[in-house]
Amino acid sequence: MANTFAFAESRGGALRRVAFETVSAARALADACGGGEVHAFLAGAPGVSSLASELGKYGADVVIVVEHPGLANANAESLAATAAERIRAGGYRAAVFSASAQGRDLAPRVAAKLGVGMAADVIAFELSGDALVVKHPAYAGKVIATLKLTGSPAIMTLHPGARAAVEAPTEARVESAQPAADPGASKVLVKEMIAGGGAKLDIGDAPVIVSGGRGLKSADNFRLVEDLAAAFGNAAVGATRAVTDDGWRPHSDQIGQTGRQVSPDLYVACGISGAIQHIAGMRNSRTIVAINKDKEAPIFKVADYGIVGDVVEILPVLTAAVKEAREKG
Amino acid sequence: MKIAVCIKRVPDMETRFKIAASGSSVDETGLKYDMSDFDGYAVETALQLNEKQGPGETVVISLGPDVVQEQLRKALSMGADRAVQLKSDRVPADGLAIATALAAELKSGGYDLILFGRQAVDSANATVGPMTAELLDLPCATAVSSLEIANGRATARRELEGAAEVVEFSLPAIVSVDEGMPRARYPSLKGIMAAKKKPLEVRPAQLGEERITIEKMELPPERAAGRIVGEGPAAVPELVRLLHTEAKVL
Repeated sequence: MANTFAFAESRGGALRRVAFETVSAARALADACGGGEVHAFLAGAPGVSSLASELGKYGADVVIVVEHPGLANANAESLAATAAERIRAGGYRAAVFSASAQGRDLAPRVAAKLGVGMAADVIAFELSGDALVVKHPAYAGKVIATLKLTGSPAIMTLHPGARAAVEAPTEARVESAQPAADPGASKVLVKEMIAGGGAKLDIGDAPVIVSGGRGLKSADNFRLVEDLAAAFGNAAVGATRAVTDDGWRPHSDQIGQTGRQVSPDLYVACGISGAIQHIAGMRNSRTIVAINKDKEAPIFKVADYGIVGDVVEILPVLTAAVKEAREKG
Repeated sequence: MKIAVCIKRVPDMETRFKIAASGSSVDETGLKYDMSDFDGYAVETALQLNEKQGPGETVVISLGPDVVQEQLRKALSMGADRAVQLKSDRVPADGLAIATALAAELKSGGYDLILFGRQAVDSANATVGPMTAELLDLPCATAVSSLEIANGRATARRELEGAAEVVEFSLPAIVSVDEGMPRARYPSLKGIMAAKKKPLEVRPAQLGEERITIEKMELPPERAAGRIVGEGPAAVPELVRLLHTEAKVL
């Protein structure tokens, strides 16, 4: 029976969805080890400990809480040192992070500190004898690699959204810990946090994504994409690399091989031809709709439903129809 | 500034990949190669920093068999000053084994700045940069979308999900570059000619222990064939009906 470590990511005093995913994955690993404990690691500004019980819902037996004013913003050096110290002391079989911006920054540092193997962006995993065997998308998502990690603990980052968090309520015990390295003494310090656009849903969290490409013809026409997203109510707006390169949308909206990889329930590709650069970022969406004027466009090869035509003409009609359908319930 | 840029040779992602007979790698027959996209941004970033900030040196480093010299020569033809190949018959699947070899090379190089791409576009791990920083105990900012350097201090922006942060640190430091940083320039004819005379040193890679093996590679399941619902705005009602009754997403 070995215990499993999970990094529970929080930002601005709130847990992120990926925190529940890592705890839930750690629960599955601990159960596979014959019922070991899940130890979640939660760090932030004083007061963050109030979030600990939420992690119990997903199967955390222990929540290690590190509260420090210097941890109000992400502090990779202090967090990596503290997490590595806890992992070393805890004798864990595995340590699970999210493949989020923070997890991708943190987990390699922890692996290097501990001198252990680390698998990135994992979509499936299992314990096999003394190895952790994981699946990892490579080659722009065109190939799935199965990797075998030997040694303990094995570290992995979990692809956000690849594995839904499953409730497994326990009464989590809270243990307080101190940072292993003074956050104020870090070599890299966050000078400023720039919040996203208010209540706007992030493309990694939204169940629906409406994305636009060059077929929209102008930055102004992105308003039509925004309108459709608003009609769905639970949608975020994405874009192709061509569009972010042209400055129609910020780089943070880019979906694709060099941008974000998403897997929403519904992906609506508007005026997107479907270059591999883009497909690599959205091919794992559950349902894909494509609207494009060229019926030979590669996007129709991955789309479940397609409409051939001018996206600028079609979008207002679709927006009105989606609004009506949602009002009818 | 003395800047090192670590680059990786990767196949063209437009390829329709096939799995090799071994079942644990892609079939390399007929593949075209280039440096990884983000590594190209890193080379460009280094060149622009040294062009703007006066005399400096840009050194490109790549780990792998002799074929990586092709990508090192390309970086030299873009304007890098010299190149180092850390010779190894293959590139390990364990990022820490690679980082160990890079750290050994970089340690005594006296670099002000060490650049990486955010991730290699083939293996897509994004681990080697921050691991190298950890081994060298250097400040590190990963996946930066902008970078400013003045008087030995750096300011960088990192995109988070739905937010961004601005970080500050002193040089020497390690930075990995993301979208938002400048695209790789095309080598000029003059650059290509000059690159042939630039130094390219070859040293054995001092790889670290490998704890990761590739067991299998496979192609993901194809998506089931979709259908064209119709043409123009007239097709909208049928699409909405299908999203509601069949896909159940509306």
